[in-house]
Amino acid sequence: MFFLDHAWLVPLIPAVSFVAILFFGKRLPRNGAELGVVSVGASFVLSCGALIGWVQRVNDAKPAGSALGGMVHAFGQSVGRLGAEGHVAAVSPVVHHLTWWRSGGIEFGAGTQIDGLAVMMMFVVTLISFLVHVYSTEYMHGDRRFTYFFAALSLFTASMLLLVVADNTLQLLVGWELVGLCSFMLIGHWWEEKPNSDAALKAFLTTRTGDVGLTIGVIMTFFLVQRATGSGSFNILAVNSAALSGHVGHSFVFWCALALFIGIIGKSGQFPLHTWLPDAMAGPTPVSALIHAATMVVAGVYLGARLFPVFWTGFNIHDGGVNPMALIGGITIIIGAALAFVQDDIKKVLAYSTISQLGYMVMGLGVGAWTAAVFHLFTHAFFKANLFLGAGSVSHSGAHHSFDMKKDMGGLRKYMPITFATFLIGSLALAGIFPLAGFWSKDEILVTANAANYKFFFYVGLVGAFMTAAYMTRCIYLTFFGEYRGGHAHAAPELDGTAHGAVEDVADAHLAEVAEAAHGHHDEPHESNGLITVPLIVLTVFSVLAGFINAAPFHIEKFRDWFEPRVAFPVSTIVHPAFSWPKAIISVAIALAGFAVAYAYYWLGLGPQRLAERNPLARAGKMFLVKKYYLDDLYEKVIVAGIKGPIANAVYWVNQHIIDNVLNYTGRGAKALGEMTYEYIDQGVIDGAVNGLAAGTGEAGGAARQLQTGRLQFYALLLVLAVGLFSLALWIAS
Amino acid sequence: MLLNQFLLLGAFLFATGVYGVMARRNSVLVLMSVELMLAAVNINLVAFAAYQNNVAGQVFALFVLTIAAAEVGVGLAIVLLIYRNLRSSDLDDVDVLKG
Repeated sequence: MFFLDHAWLVPLIPAVSFVAILFFGKRLPRNGAELGVVSVGASFVLSCGALIGWVQRVNDAKPAGSALGGMVHAFGQSVGRLGAEGHVAAVSPVVHHLTWWRSGGIEFGAGTQIDGLAVMMMFVVTLISFLVHVYSTEYMHGDRRFTYFFAALSLFTASMLLLVVADNTLQLLVGWELVGLCSFMLIGHWWEEKPNSDAALKAFLTTRTGDVGLTIGVIMTFFLVQRATGSGSFNILAVNSAALSGHVGHSFVFWCALALFIGIIGKSGQFPLHTWLPDAMAGPTPVSALIHAATMVVAGVYLGARLFPVFWTGFNIHDGGVNPMALIGGITIIIGAALAFVQDDIKKVLAYSTISQLGYMVMGLGVGAWTAAVFHLFTHAFFKANLFLGAGSVSHSGAHHSFDMKKDMGGLRKYMPITFATFLIGSLALAGIFPLAGFWSKDEILVTANAANYKFFFYVGLVGAFMTAAYMTRCIYLTFFGEYRGGHAHAAPELDGTAHGAVEDVADAHLAEVAEAAHGHHDEPHESNGLITVPLIVLTVFSVLAGFINAAPFHIEKFRDWFEPRVAFPVSTIVHPAFSWPKAIISVAIALAGFAVAYAYYWLGLGPQRLAERNPLARAGKMFLVKKYYLDDLYEKVIVAGIKGPIANAVYWVNQHIIDNVLNYTGRGAKALGEMTYEYIDQGVIDGAVNGLAAGTGEAGGAARQLQTGRLQFYALLLVLAVGLFSLALWIAS
Repeated sequence: MLLNQFLLLGAFLFATGVYGVMARRNSVLVLMSVELMLAAVNINLVAFAAYQNNVAGQVFALFVLTIAAAEVGVGLAIVLLIYRNLRSSDLDDVDVLKG
């Protein structure tokens, strides 16, 4: 199968496009945007090919699995149901590996391991990235670093795809770090403003903290394979088999899993390293969509899914009870959702929502709901990208490039019907309303948590669902309902603000009109144009339909059949509970209750309004949320300041007094030695020898010169004398 | 045996040639002295050839005569050019190789 064997093309094309845009982008008619769009589009086509190829591979493998498969199929039951009973043939991944070098029996190289998870991720990443590219051509139009933005976007996509197709943990690590680098570049895209570059640095450094764990984890998994088979390897399948083999002591696997999990915490915004994610909203909105839906943060969940057997064994996931993964995921669901209530910035609401949803995924992995967690990643990508791009559309065309819901939005549903409709559907999908995408995946996580003896996390998930519905209602209320509050247009924090902001402060209608015309905007909020709305509509369609790929009550479980690994994976012990209508109804009812409570509070003005202003306890609680649990203060004032203060001073002292002295004395000694060498050896010995030789040659030449009289007869005399002398000598000798 | 007389004649002619080469100032006379030395060598060659009944010596003498003729041709041409350039055929004036 061409597309499965040549999956290396998928990350390569955007990588080439990155270089091309960097070097030639500015000379192209659309400043390099066309290269980005076309290359990611090509990658998307190849990914679709790989997806189809993989599905064929799975389907072809089925009849060989068991005769029962064909029989039950004849009775009209879906083939997918058989997956649960383990009758499906093992479909091995398509692996291609290229050795770079060998050292001491360890092989380093790059390769592609294409299986269900990889093709699913390739499809999602390239689709979202493609839509984001198209969207950005309009959203970033006229930006001061338009070309650079597209170059970075291409590299971002290429890095994520490199990570996705990796067949060994080292390549995965390389892709992982590249993704981090690109997010740094893009979050700090408008680095002229200090908060933006600070946010970029924070994102980079916070995820680096987690990366230390990942790096250690990668090294440890190498030795995990060595302990199991005798020779170490970075190969992902080998790591997974080793973790499941049972030949390695449990505590070692536990530490492996913990180290890798720290990487996931950093990258996927899990508590307590989630603080960078809301700040990352400083980047342009398309980047936020890409980071939250397809690339950066899902890399952590992807790692968890990729090396799932390590966590399965290390954290004893099949035993039920509490393990670090489920616990951190559960905490993240609640704290992320709670923080979303106190944000005024629409993008920050969505950012905390992402944190909360990532909590669902990590918790899903932690309770053994592999398929459900990956499925949630899949559906979440669509509706979260939809919501972010929708927020961008609101800001771009409706709120003068502001993201403040309380100051600059409100009542926008009349002006922006398409954006409103897509945003509403995205929110419903996020809240898990039947039958939208989020319902199927979230419900599956909850049902599995319940069936696998993780009752506690089942309830945590339900509380999270309630909160999700409520904060999205608040967000929609503030953005699209009520009166439009954006009349007093003010300086645009996002765009090249000089002309824009300065002119609007002047109440001169004519000047404002000229400036607005230059920007292609009007004072009135209006619907965005096709380059923005079409991606929104595409994503909305996916937000509605994506869930049906794994809709258990309709006997469709394609997602599990196609994408769940069968090789080096705990297939036989993993829990696949049946769909449960009562539980589904409960979760939808709870989400609807969330809507209802929020509706009552915001629309109807019921309940304790402005409680925070009257009750000190409530005020303290709100303050606690506004201050983001004081985690930023903890990191900056306690940890960073602690390092900056005494430790930095101590290091400085050591640097000044010890290292510098050593260096100074070494320097002085070397200087003295050099001077001595110059004076005696160089000038005296070497130069003397050379000069003496030259002088000697000159003297000898001068002496020999006397012989050259130029008189022919003198030479003849010498000749005769010489012959005479030789003759005499011969005569004497004889 | 007549060999001694021939050798003595050769030696006398050769010595005369050497003296001429070293003592004369006129380049034409120097050239002629060189010819005298060649003649002396020829006499020796012929004398030894006759003495040893070996015709090779006489053949060599013929070669020497031929080459001497060529040498005189070249030598006289040089002398002529020297005279044309320096307006003199005195060898003491030709000292441009002086170091």
